[in-house]
Amino acid sequence: MPVAAIGPYEFASRDRVENFHGNQIVYWHWEEHLMFCAALALPLKPEMPFRDVIEKVLPGCYGQHPEFAKIDWSKVTWMLDNRPFKPDLDASLAANHIGHKSILRFWTPGLNGLAGAAF
Amino acid sequence: MNAMPPPKHRKLSLKERYAHLTRGLSWETTYQPMSKVFPFADYEGIKIHDWDAWEDPFRLTMDAYWKYQAEKERKLYAVIESFAQNNGHLNVTDARYINALKVFLTGVSPLEYSAHRGYAHVGRHFVGAGPRIACQMQAIDELRHAQTQIHTISHYNKFFDGLHDARHMHDRVWYLSVPKSFFEDACSAGPFEFLTAISFSFEYVLTNLLFVPFMSGAAYNGDMATVTFGFSAQSDEARHMTLGLEIIKFMLEQDEGNVPIVQRWIDKWFWRGYRLLAIVSMMMDYMLPKRVMSWAEAWEMYFEQAGDALFNDLSRYGIRKPKYHEVASKEKSRLSHEVWTTFYNYSQATAFHTWVPTEEEQDWLSAKYPDTFDRLYRPRFQCWSEMEAQGKRYYNPTLPQLCVVCQIPMIFTEPDDPKTICFRSTEYKGEKYHFCSDGCKDIFIYEPEKYMQSWLPVHQIYQGNCGGADLKDVLAWYHLNFGADNFDYKGSPDEKLWNEWQAQRSVNEA
Repeated sequence: MPVAAIGPYEFASRDRVENFHGNQIVYWHWEEHLMFCAALALPLKPEMPFRDVIEKVLPGCYGQHPEFAKIDWSKVTWMLDNRPFKPDLDASLAANHIGHKSILRFWTPGLNGLAGAAF
Repeated sequence: MNAMPPPKHRKLSLKERYAHLTRGLSWETTYQPMSKVFPFADYEGIKIHDWDAWEDPFRLTMDAYWKYQAEKERKLYAVIESFAQNNGHLNVTDARYINALKVFLTGVSPLEYSAHRGYAHVGRHFVGAGPRIACQMQAIDELRHAQTQIHTISHYNKFFDGLHDARHMHDRVWYLSVPKSFFEDACSAGPFEFLTAISFSFEYVLTNLLFVPFMSGAAYNGDMATVTFGFSAQSDEARHMTLGLEIIKFMLEQDEGNVPIVQRWIDKWFWRGYRLLAIVSMMMDYMLPKRVMSWAEAWEMYFEQAGDALFNDLSRYGIRKPKYHEVASKEKSRLSHEVWTTFYNYSQATAFHTWVPTEEEQDWLSAKYPDTFDRLYRPRFQCWSEMEAQGKRYYNPTLPQLCVVCQIPMIFTEPDDPKTICFRSTEYKGEKYHFCSDGCKDIFIYEPEKYMQSWLPVHQIYQGNCGGADLKDVLAWYHLNFGADNFDYKGSPDEKLWNEWQAQRSVNEA
């Protein structure tokens, strides 16, 4: 539905990928761990290997949580943009079909947050 | 020689004066067609057949208006003056209370100014003289409210941090993009949508949830200056609320075709307004050292009960309750906790302080929220207290995902599952967009071209438009004083100053 307007009303998206200097935004969300109040927004190179995000980026994001060090990444289940997903850890984000403003939600079996509160 | 006495004019009745000073100031243009003089009157699709059917229940004319307002100003400034002379800031319950004022001054007062601009604009663009005059008066009210709030709260700026540059912060600071974008959404709509948004949905349906908690909160916490500007605004608010209801009834009575348009605006602006009030829920439940009532109680009283009566009344025009009102009711026992813990996550980047509530305060929350607090939120505070005790006060080091419409971090949980974040998304012209709720998603889908322009603070930082990539650079660009305005209340200069005053007070008393 077009916007009701007094003249032509067309704009480019303010968050189109070209505005991010070679990065794309990817959202990551560790389910059942609401110590982190929302999904995280990370600017990442599309050619970055998936494994590098897990090993080099996420520890700086989630490391304060006592369960983070216990994650067995081979057992993690993933959803990419609302679809079940199995990442190829050694392939790049782009080769894993992770695009600009994709959302990755992940569940860590056996690690369900503190105090039964999904925290 | 005696001069002839001036001819005696019969004094005009109130009704006649009103007619002369409103309708009498309007005319049909002849040099230019009316459609060119009032270019915004039709494009929203609202049909008005008889502008004279507009009834102004207050019949207020400009000369009377000046008189009333001048009287109120005199009283208000006398109180502000005596508050300052008597060091009124020493009588608040606790310095943590000042943080509610910081949120108000940076988040709400600039909206009063935006409202001034919005009403001045639509006051120019309505064809009918009745609504035009009502909007012009409201434009002046709103400017007055912005000024009196700034003047009142400026007293606290002499002593406390975070109050020094509200106008600048409002345009830049990440969480203030929520109120800013709310109002810009309304001001960039047409005049009829603007009034539905601000006069009806905000002033009429939701305002009690903003002003009553703030003003009674101020009264409960010894802040007589803020109470006084609240009182000074109150009679204006009554007029604003009436304008809100009048404009809705006027549109609905003028043409049946207006009903679905108005309903869609009510749906949209109820949801936009409700999301904006999330910050008030946090203020009520967490930021007032002496609580007034809980957010859930306020929601029940001011929306569920009062809203039922209002929408029953409007049902004869074919208007139903706003879409997703039931989601708002489902969220009432978690909203404030989700919002406060979010600001606790990101206090390194806020112009006010957060803290773990005291045990006593947690017991109050537990009593007010028996179904959720002990189960879901008390464990969070226990864990964070322990981390703090070990010298590792928790801060979330990574920027969050934001909702494209309300611009709040995506913190809200599924309507039926408080442990799972609610994710909604869509694609438009090949690009993905994310929303915190079905309410926000619906708003986007109806007008994607509008919201694809959203200035989302997190993305703007990553695009390099906010002073730099480091936290300190961004805070400098926000005009936040690092180490004073931000971080936990514990260890803040505010706390230190307050404790010194209290120590001095006990010495004096002894």
